Amino acid sequence: MSTSAAPGLVVSAEQRKRARSLGIAYLVLAVVCFTIFTRRTGDAGFRISESSQFTLPAQGFGWALGIVLIAIAAGQLLRGFGKLSNVVLALATAAFFMSFMAWAAAGDSFSFVGMLQDTVSRSVPITLGAVAGILSERSGVINISIEGMLLASACTSAIGASLTNLWLGTLVGILTGVALAAILAVMSIRYKVDQVIVGFAINFFALGVTSFISFRVLVPNRDTMNNLLPVMPIRIPLFADIPFFGQILFDQTIFVYFSFATVALATWGLYRTKWGLRTRAIGEYPRAAGTLGVDVNKLRYRNLLLAGAVAGIGGAWWPIGIVGRFDQNITNGRGFIALAAVIFGRWHPVGALCGALVFALAEAVRLKIGNFDTGIPSEFLIMAPYLVTLVVVAGFIGASRAPKAAGQPYEDQ
Amino acid sequence: MHEMKFELRGITKRFPGVVANDNVNLSVETGEVLALIGENGAGKSTLMNVLYGLYRADEGELLIDDQATQFSSPADAIAAGIGMVHQHFMLVPVMTVAENVVLGVEPTGRFGSLDIDEARRMVREVSDRYHLELDPDAIIEDLSVGVRQRVEIVKVLMRDAKIVVFDEPTAVLTPSEILEFFGIVRSLVAAGRGVIFITHKLKEALEIADRINVLRRGKVVGEALPKNTSEAAIAEMMVGRPVLLVVDKAPATPREAMLTLAEVSVVDPDGRTVVDGASFEVRVGEIVCVAGVQGNGQTELVEAIAGLRRVASGSISLGGKNITGDSPRERHAAGMAHIPEDRQRQGLVTELSITENLVLTRYHDAEFSQGIRMKWGAAAAKSQELVTAYDIRTTDPSQLASTLSGGNQQKVIVARELSRDIRVVVAAQPTRGIDVGSIEYVHAQIVKERDAGRAVLVVSTELDEVMSLADRVLVMYRGKIVADVDPKKVSHMDIGLYMAGSRPTAAVA
Repeated sequence: MSTSAAPGLVVSAEQRKRARSLGIAYLVLAVVCFTIFTRRTGDAGFRISESSQFTLPAQGFGWALGIVLIAIAAGQLLRGFGKLSNVVLALATAAFFMSFMAWAAAGDSFSFVGMLQDTVSRSVPITLGAVAGILSERSGVINISIEGMLLASACTSAIGASLTNLWLGTLVGILTGVALAAILAVMSIRYKVDQVIVGFAINFFALGVTSFISFRVLVPNRDTMNNLLPVMPIRIPLFADIPFFGQILFDQTIFVYFSFATVALATWGLYRTKWGLRTRAIGEYPRAAGTLGVDVNKLRYRNLLLAGAVAGIGGAWWPIGIVGRFDQNITNGRGFIALAAVIFGRWHPVGALCGALVFALAEAVRLKIGNFDTGIPSEFLIMAPYLVTLVVVAGFIGASRAPKAAGQPYEDQ
Repeated sequence: MHEMKFELRGITKRFPGVVANDNVNLSVETGEVLALIGENGAGKSTLMNVLYGLYRADEGELLIDDQATQFSSPADAIAAGIGMVHQHFMLVPVMTVAENVVLGVEPTGRFGSLDIDEARRMVREVSDRYHLELDPDAIIEDLSVGVRQRVEIVKVLMRDAKIVVFDEPTAVLTPSEILEFFGIVRSLVAAGRGVIFITHKLKEALEIADRINVLRRGKVVGEALPKNTSEAAIAEMMVGRPVLLVVDKAPATPREAMLTLAEVSVVDPDGRTVVDGASFEVRVGEIVCVAGVQGNGQTELVEAIAGLRRVASGSISLGGKNITGDSPRERHAAGMAHIPEDRQRQGLVTELSITENLVLTRYHDAEFSQGIRMKWGAAAAKSQELVTAYDIRTTDPSQLASTLSGGNQQKVIVARELSRDIRVVVAAQPTRGIDVGSIEYVHAQIVKERDAGRAVLVVSTELDEVMSLADRVLVMYRGKIVADVDPKKVSHMDIGLYMAGSRPTAAVA
């Protein structure tokens, strides 16, 4: 429409606004440093391997960081950091996080590397859920039923694996995800029902059915139907010996490696293949693809079923990858967090992985902090991942742009 | 390249309650331009969708070189050598030219990977051969409309189309882009392709076509050769009766200023200045037309005047009273009539009845309501009166507005807006997409309002409409009013240059 009018002005106005809010955010962080992080004294030990650790003086670090943050805020507000502003943001956030951990662990020590290892492991269902979301939404179908897919496949894969073996259990999880995706596909593509409503229905359906199964079937038959030994981590030779990072990245279960591979494959697929070009086209402007002979609805079906399969593996992570059983509502909203990761990552698999890691970190931190005597009530800590979700989505949602045709059924004229 | 003849024989396509195409026969060969002309709703689009495989005809057959064939999807039509340039471009805005052009026929390397270098080369090859300059790596949304059309043409040629169908290709082009477009069509024909040119613009059909087929109410009602016919003759075939192509009006006798804009600027939600310091006045007894290519701020200008969009700076006054901060209802009460650009989304509630739509701006008047109770009897009586007075073709005003044709929907809006005590008429695209008969009627009403002592502001992207209706022409380009001219003293071409952001060499403004 009127995109031609003065584009130069736009960018600068928008940038100025962002720079100003960033500056204010730095000031808020500095205030938190001074008022909270300096309250506790003592050294915090960060163990980075079996035998070594580094220590941070909680109070001193809080003061120092607070002062640095004020300087950064001043720099940001007065002249900005130009191209470096994202680097500065990342460094400041990381330092703030370290200060927070130092405050929490003051006078104590904890396994820093273990926490990060846990983060990567916990990112699996969120990452896979997010990739499933990207596959759906890039093809033009809003998929809020990822939560339901994760939950249902967690349940069925637990039963499948308990009765047979881990491989077949995972396969059952995949098929469950595909089946729910098929419902979403038929309802939204064939019958053109509002996609958000179908998604909600699937979520409640999954919650209801799995709760029922849990109480009526799994609890009475705990030993035979809901009892399995989860997969063991696989150490990747040589890589696992890299100090610090080796333990975080290369001493993990097959689910973690699969999740990374999925992100890589999805990225390559979406941006470097014929399938990806068509998928992006039908998510943005399906008629353009349709008039060139691409079968829009067929491709949407295929991609949705694929998304269901990916989410199915994500669901199987709970029983087979970590816990060893299914509990009622074991996913507890991770599917919705995966959707937040999709938005955070701007519908790009690598971005979504980053988002998933941020949310998983919030969760890992929550579990770790529970061990320290910080005075924060545990109920409040449980909120942490969701709070992070809220802040992150609020901060990013304006800046990212969803596929244009997401949510709109396609009709041949 | 080898020759091809494409023929439609006895095509009939029915929709519930309508026969969109009724036993249509037409044929086109490589090396010629066939113009298919008809009003909106005459069945042109349906016919095109049939021949492009998007619809299946109920009766009749498609023949290629006298061999019967069937298209069940666009892929079949493409394979048979039919290419289509749609009125609304079928381009993915966030992707590059090369990606859009190869979509569906992607060159691939190993493991189904996309060979984007090959795609670039394919685009360059076609664009060089036909002198259609394009940057394969440009993102579609950064390109002008004219260039986007070039991308569409390259897309079609890349698929080796022998017959190229253009659906209303000039609707979004500036006059100089139209000339350039005609050049492209001629070069396609010279290269041995056939062209079907769908339009409702008589002049263009006469200029570019070898043969003209006229479609009315789903039927081909006549065929003409441009050299043996005239605009008036074709218009008569289109409408079924003689029509007035020129607006019949006396010279204007403008008096005092009624609507005054002073340095009005509008900023859109993205922070772009879309109306940039517009200052002008519309006087009682004159029709001022705002010309310009679509998307240059006209929509926002009208919305600002009607009170649907906040003004960032400047002021608007009506009859000397500042109305800049007034609500749409206050402006209505002050005597402003607004005929919006988007009939179905802004002008009408299509899921309400004709009667309800006719009292939509006045339901709160004592005439139609008492407290919280509507006086439906009074509304129905008023509605019957307006249906008669404004020639709205309906059997029952209690039917939904969505059941009316485009022209009759527009008449409902015109009736509602003009049947009050008003001082200024603001009409945006008042004749877009309506039939020639209704256009004639709407134009006559606008002139009548002028002669009855109202100030009239019309925004139109149809240059012919502007030139025949206006007493004064303003040209809008990138949010600015760049010209204020007397239509009798400038040529079409001069206005066209203003619309494209340049200036005629012998400026008369």
